[in-house]
Amino acid sequence: MDFGGINPVILLASLMVASTPILLAALGEMVTEKSGVLNLGVEGMMITGAVCGFIAAVETGSPTLGFVAAAIGGMALSMLFGLLTQVFLTTQVPAGLALTLMGTGLASLLGQNYVGIKPPSLPDLHVPLLQDIPFIGPVVFQHDAVVYLSLFAVVAVWAFLKYTRAGLVLRAVGENHAAAHALGYKVKLVRFAAIGFGGAMAGLGGAYISLVRVPQWTDGITAGIGWIALAIVVFASWRAGRVLIGAYLFGGITVLQLNLQAAGAKVPVELLSMSPFLATIVVLVVISARRHGGTNAPAMLGRIFHTS
Amino acid sequence: MITFVKRPQPSKFWTIATPVLAVILTMILGGLLFAAMGKDPVVAIRTIFWDPLFNDQFAAYSRPQLLVKAAPLILIAIGLSLGFKAGIWNIGAEGQYIIGALTGASVGLALYPLDAWWIFPLMVIAGALGGFLWAMIPAILKTRFNTNEILVSLMLVYVAEQILASAALGFLRNPEGNGFPGSRNLSQIPAMSNPELISGTGAHWGVVAAFAAVVAAYVLINKHMLGFQIRLTGESPRAARFAGVKDRLLVVFCLGTAGALAGLAGLFEVTGPAGQISIDFGAGYGFTAIIVAFLGRLHPVGILLAGLLLALTFIGGELAQFMLGLPSAAIQVFQGMLLMILLAMDILVNYRVMIVNKEAA
Amino acid sequence: MTELLKVVGLTREYPGVRANDDVSFSIGTGEVHALLGENGAGKSTLVKMIYGLEKPDAGFMKLRGGSYTPANPQAARAAGVAMVFQHFSLFEALNVAENVALGMENPPKMRELAASIRQVSENYGLPLDPDRIVGDLSAGERQRVEIIRCLLQDPKLLIMDEPTSVLTPQEVEILFKTLRKLQSEGTSILYISHKLEEIRALCDEATILRLGKVVGECDPKTTTARDMAEMMVGQTLHVPSRESSEAGEMLLEVKDLDFAPANPFGTRLKNVSLKLRAGEILGIGGVAGNGQDELLSVLSGEARTDKGAITFDGQDVSALGPNARRRIGLLTAPEERLGHAAAPNMSLTENAALTATIRKKLSKNNFLNWKKTESFAREVIKAFDVRTPGPASAARSLSGGNLQKFVIGREVLQDPKVFVVNQPTWGVDASAAADIRQALLDLAAGGAGVIVISQDLDELMEISDHFAALNEGTLTAPRKAKGLTVDEIGLMMGGAHDLEAAQ
Repeated sequence: MDFGGINPVILLASLMVASTPILLAALGEMVTEKSGVLNLGVEGMMITGAVCGFIAAVETGSPTLGFVAAAIGGMALSMLFGLLTQVFLTTQVPAGLALTLMGTGLASLLGQNYVGIKPPSLPDLHVPLLQDIPFIGPVVFQHDAVVYLSLFAVVAVWAFLKYTRAGLVLRAVGENHAAAHALGYKVKLVRFAAIGFGGAMAGLGGAYISLVRVPQWTDGITAGIGWIALAIVVFASWRAGRVLIGAYLFGGITVLQLNLQAAGAKVPVELLSMSPFLATIVVLVVISARRHGGTNAPAMLGRIFHTS
Repeated sequence: MITFVKRPQPSKFWTIATPVLAVILTMILGGLLFAAMGKDPVVAIRTIFWDPLFNDQFAAYSRPQLLVKAAPLILIAIGLSLGFKAGIWNIGAEGQYIIGALTGASVGLALYPLDAWWIFPLMVIAGALGGFLWAMIPAILKTRFNTNEILVSLMLVYVAEQILASAALGFLRNPEGNGFPGSRNLSQIPAMSNPELISGTGAHWGVVAAFAAVVAAYVLINKHMLGFQIRLTGESPRAARFAGVKDRLLVVFCLGTAGALAGLAGLFEVTGPAGQISIDFGAGYGFTAIIVAFLGRLHPVGILLAGLLLALTFIGGELAQFMLGLPSAAIQVFQGMLLMILLAMDILVNYRVMIVNKEAA
Repeated sequence: MTELLKVVGLTREYPGVRANDDVSFSIGTGEVHALLGENGAGKSTLVKMIYGLEKPDAGFMKLRGGSYTPANPQAARAAGVAMVFQHFSLFEALNVAENVALGMENPPKMRELAASIRQVSENYGLPLDPDRIVGDLSAGERQRVEIIRCLLQDPKLLIMDEPTSVLTPQEVEILFKTLRKLQSEGTSILYISHKLEEIRALCDEATILRLGKVVGECDPKTTTARDMAEMMVGQTLHVPSRESSEAGEMLLEVKDLDFAPANPFGTRLKNVSLKLRAGEILGIGGVAGNGQDELLSVLSGEARTDKGAITFDGQDVSALGPNARRRIGLLTAPEERLGHAAAPNMSLTENAALTATIRKKLSKNNFLNWKKTESFAREVIKAFDVRTPGPASAARSLSGGNLQKFVIGREVLQDPKVFVVNQPTWGVDASAAADIRQALLDLAAGGAGVIVISQDLDELMEISDHFAALNEGTLTAPRKAKGLTVDEIGLMMGGAHDLEAAQ
């Protein structure tokens, strides 16, 4: 099977790889937003995770430790955002922008001695039997553990929000923080936890870019994926299943345009490179135009909570 | 146990004191950062903040650079501050800056080699118009479809960067440039150049425009109905609607003005200091201007001062890179830190710090 | 009767105010105890301490003889203390069962919980479907969610904060039946209110608070309302007097107005019609959340309606925005003072410019004349006795009553032809409320038409010529206020509708 030099098996398999960072970051941000906090610092947390993961993996030789370090790095940066918005009551939009500016600088500073190094690679898990299914096997069942982890995370986040008490409390805090406080729930603690989860997931997503997808370290390696993740949360109407769809849709566009570029399609390279961003805008417009008034956004999204 | 108690009204003192304090605190923390990197913190801070202005060896070169770097920052930040005041978050100024430079340069280069006095003014108009139209995309999407302007304006930065690349490599490439990417050097074409107006000051037309923007914004915000409506919308959107503010018009005005000013900044840059359209033309002024706007407390005079300060960190940062081997990323971290500390300290304006003996309930 | 809760010497201070000062009282098992006081008397602070939301600076509490120091509401609930809030602590986007679960320590599985919600709601005559989204419920139904949430935990003490402010008279009867049933089962109830007749009908004991102190205790069944009112207010009140005038020319006419609000949880206005003549005060009653905000927004011009729906002075104004309506003399004051009628962080001068630039000619060529604006703000402050250091003070620094006087004064001094106001005296102390009512009466006496939307029926009876009621977005035909009975008013407010559902 060959369509103009593009092999559909490789295309679909690399779609999953390209989608994973977006999926991880968007899932984390969705949980953060469900608690009523809008953290625009996803891009900054991703790139910090990318550099932390890269350094740890290179220094220890273990990609697993790399991902652990990435989650910690992303979470650590997100705690700065938590400190600003929950303790110092900063407006969330500028605080998120500050986080991205800070994270970008920090990553560039930390990574300056790691440019051009090849990181240890993450082994693919070949799922026995299933991987031998023609077409589907190589597309779906020959990936590394993080791809499967991200898919598991979709289910886990969905079940957490829908079925657990903690998930119910988190949603309650995002819907009406004053009422949650009146019932005795610790609004700020819940939000700190949600912000931290968002940071860790963004960090993992970033590390997936620097350790698997690219894999090497360069400045500005996340190249706007954090912002696309933010858009996908809106696209998904704050539902985990739809985040998966959104992330794979954009992974698909990214892979397709890269393949078209490689195949030397008669479309300007620049137009192909900007297509994921144009597609994001189109999707945002369609989503916002379709909903009249009522959205599924958490009612407290972006609002500051302070007692007395 | 420390708690924050809301003040009956915003404190005038802290409104002015917090940016100053934030700068000092950032210098201290930045010094620690530089020390952690093995640099002498005092020398590093002096190299960044003192030497560019007062060291005999460097001041002659650095001082004019101050205005050159500050002008685009101030121009863009003034535009952004209008929207930020009203809760309209245009974070795509970098894209509007690039597009303004591209449209302005395109108009000029289309007329090449014609030599006439009106070419430069025409390019200025084209640059402002380009930035304006680019900003109209998020504005119209927001007013028509209620699409989030933060994400759209930001996505358009990436789109603008691709257009820039295709211009530098394609339609604006210098036909006499031996195949190298980049346009003709506009600063060397008399009809299109934006020269230093007073020798040794760095003051070009962009500097003039920046000062004019500061004055205009001051009058708009403090005296004009529209400025009042902008402030009112930011303070309380519902009260603004009750006061008859047309919020769609405000979105168009704030985004449009910011876009036009960013476009102007781009045009003055490409015809002056940068000289040509090249792949790396977008140097991040559009993002740093966000810091400038907040550091200046969204106040025109504050933005003027903040723009000069941030310009100083750029120049001083370059100097520190050259003299001490301080990586340029360290300056970026320093700037990010400044914004974060400032935002954290903002609380002092509206809240009093109280020390409470017992545990808070 | 054995003692359930004893409160001794509770004191709580906030910066600048002593909200509670040495407050003591006790509640017996199975007793309905009233806590009576004006807004700002310290009732809320007191119950917050009992419910574990605040901690006292001094004093102590005893529950069933043992020491009671709830660290948080969970601890209070564990000790058998439950509370129904005045402003509901509910989550609109979640369903009834989820809302109930959030108020419980160890909720059972959702399916079991839904079953027990059904059971308890039937037992106590408060029908409720556990699967409905709370945002779609009426105010009365929302209160049921709160009550059932409390009842499922089998409380020993139930605190109710102004529970009837959102109910129709018929719904109040249903609530009282429920409370009496609880009382007969041995549950104690702490009932907070400033409505004297209710307290006389329901409570066994009353503690009266004024300015944070206990100023008296009485048996409400044997004390007259007048005596309790005097203890509560501490002074004799100035009662507004209405000079009835002949109805004048037609000023405002709303005809078959339909309006769907942008907010999905808002109330749709259906087929609303009304007429207002010069010199007339039309009182519009109804339980909160039945379309009051929406009605004000279509009259103010914040929301637009179909052509021909609203006629002012013979002109169709349906398509005009707020400023165009102000220009021709249709002025409004919304319910929410901070954040709607006034911008909290802006000065009184700036807040004067918020609505008055057109009629007071405070701007020229779109440039504001701040000097003139400031003197207008001073004029409002002086004429309406607004207590504030001056026009440079931020709106949020004013007390609720003072800000309300400023907001009403700002419109009244613009000499409106028609003035529409929503909840003019909500949360305002008694003497300021009397001043505001007098200002509205003076306005009408001067030939303006006034529409007062309010949930305070006493207020409406006192000042209206005509009375109509909003119920789920429909407006009853206005009737002459004089001679209306409480039952008739209740029926107008849609009591009959909910009564059927309850039986």
